[in-house]
Amino acid sequence: MSVKVTNLTKIYGTQHAVDGISFEVNKGEVLGFLGPNGAGKSTTMKMLTCFIPQTSGSALVCGFDTASEPLEVTKKIGYLPESNPLYYDMYVREYLEFMAGLHKLGSITQQRINEMIEVTGLTEERKKKVGQLSKGYKQRVGLAQAMLHNPEVLILDEPTSGLDPNQLVEIRSLIKQLGKDKTVIFSSHIMQEVQAVADRVIIINKGKIVADDSTEKLQSRLGNEVVVTVEFKQTVDQALLRSITGVKSFEKLKDGKWNFVSESGKDIREDIFNFAKEKNLTLLHLNKEEYSLEEVFKQLTR
Amino acid sequence: MSPRNMFAIFKKEIQQFFSSLVGYVAIIVFLALLGLFLWIFPDSNVLDTGFANLDYFFYVTPKVFCILIPAITMRSFAEEINTGTIELLSTRPVTELEIVMGKYLAALALVLMTILPTLIYFYTIYHLALPAGNVDIGGVLGSYLGLLFLGAVFVAIGIFSSAITTNQIVAFILAVFLCFALYISFDYIAQFSTFLGKYDYLVASLGLSSHYDAMGKGVIDTRDVIYFMSVISLFILSTRTALSSRRW
Repeated sequence: MSVKVTNLTKIYGTQHAVDGISFEVNKGEVLGFLGPNGAGKSTTMKMLTCFIPQTSGSALVCGFDTASEPLEVTKKIGYLPESNPLYYDMYVREYLEFMAGLHKLGSITQQRINEMIEVTGLTEERKKKVGQLSKGYKQRVGLAQAMLHNPEVLILDEPTSGLDPNQLVEIRSLIKQLGKDKTVIFSSHIMQEVQAVADRVIIINKGKIVADDSTEKLQSRLGNEVVVTVEFKQTVDQALLRSITGVKSFEKLKDGKWNFVSESGKDIREDIFNFAKEKNLTLLHLNKEEYSLEEVFKQLTR
Repeated sequence: MSPRNMFAIFKKEIQQFFSSLVGYVAIIVFLALLGLFLWIFPDSNVLDTGFANLDYFFYVTPKVFCILIPAITMRSFAEEINTGTIELLSTRPVTELEIVMGKYLAALALVLMTILPTLIYFYTIYHLALPAGNVDIGGVLGSYLGLLFLGAVFVAIGIFSSAITTNQIVAFILAVFLCFALYISFDYIAQFSTFLGKYDYLVASLGLSSHYDAMGKGVIDTRDVIYFMSVISLFILSTRTALSSRRW
């Protein structure tokens, strides 16, 4: 497997930033790291890329140990840090040439740079200084730098932060594309993104892994319940709503709508419709919510 | 230690020196200052003193270096750590020593570029002398070499200061202090000959100025070369240690 992490721990003083996590990622897999702020995602990535040493445990990248063989590990990894640090006074091309030099690309430097500029959509901005670019383009430069030396493993810390909706689509499809023959680990706060791009999801909370599964399996983990959002034109008495069959619980939402949770996976939309017809109520909104990854996330990281 | 890695970093540092104002200001200010001292100011200029030598140049330049070189080197590591680009460098297949050496050599190259134009001064006094050419060439060459070594030591001190603090101003002040201290203080300490007796020569020889003056006589003594190289190595290795200890 490409990346193997065993009992990785990082302790700062008394705080266990990362607390004995273990997981494996294979080639051709796209792993999404999810977790609240401060959960330990970035710290884990920094340990995988040999930026900070672990307190205990081990991390192997393509068979090389991050603690004892950092030079080999860093050759195999492309890394986009969370803060996307860049040299603002260098030109885009200059900067990529510098990074290419550090990876000893040699004769293929110009060709790779041209490819990266095209793939990340930097063609229009390639003559500017890095500091003159907008945040979205700076992010793209960061991505270009990570992919420049065609690494086997890509570690991207919040790769889509700062991108506008169009750019988001491009970069997400790029990540998915790259995932086909590389190993990609990326972190995100956006559930839809992880759902759309990742094959597997690991949810971290307070330094520990709370979920490690494929994206679909995770979604269906709590999938027995069905949630339906309803809006009636008229104000309805709560006592009346209790009479609807098949409803386990309901709550009133801020905007006047109601959330109904069904008992056992039954689609209660029909019951609600019949109920409204009986009581002569006008239905304005009747929607079945997909039990999203967001719910799973909230549940696991409460 | 891969020269290619060092060269990549060296090239980037030089590019940064000249895309920001640092490179230009360093060279221009240095030359303007020295030019004023040597040719214009009434007390010190060569034309008025009547002697065709560069003694004053070699006397004043080390003091100018004590301030100029820390100014050049103060951003070398402090800025990388502040902007976070150290994370980029540390996650590449380059060793810490390569990073330190790349930055060191780039700053040293800049110092070289500031000294090089002063060869015009040498050419001038060569022709001012009576008869033309009546100058102590050996002394001048030795002095230039001494100046080079001195600059090399100051650069090492400056880079080290930059690596042990994230604040560039602190790095600058610390470097100025260390440069001056290593340059002059041992001479002053040696003057307490009442306490030191016959050891005053030994104490003075711990300082940079004694070796710099020795080289200026025109004789390249291996003791002086070894001294300079040792101090440079000490600071470079300390810089590397400071860099790795950051991670922990």
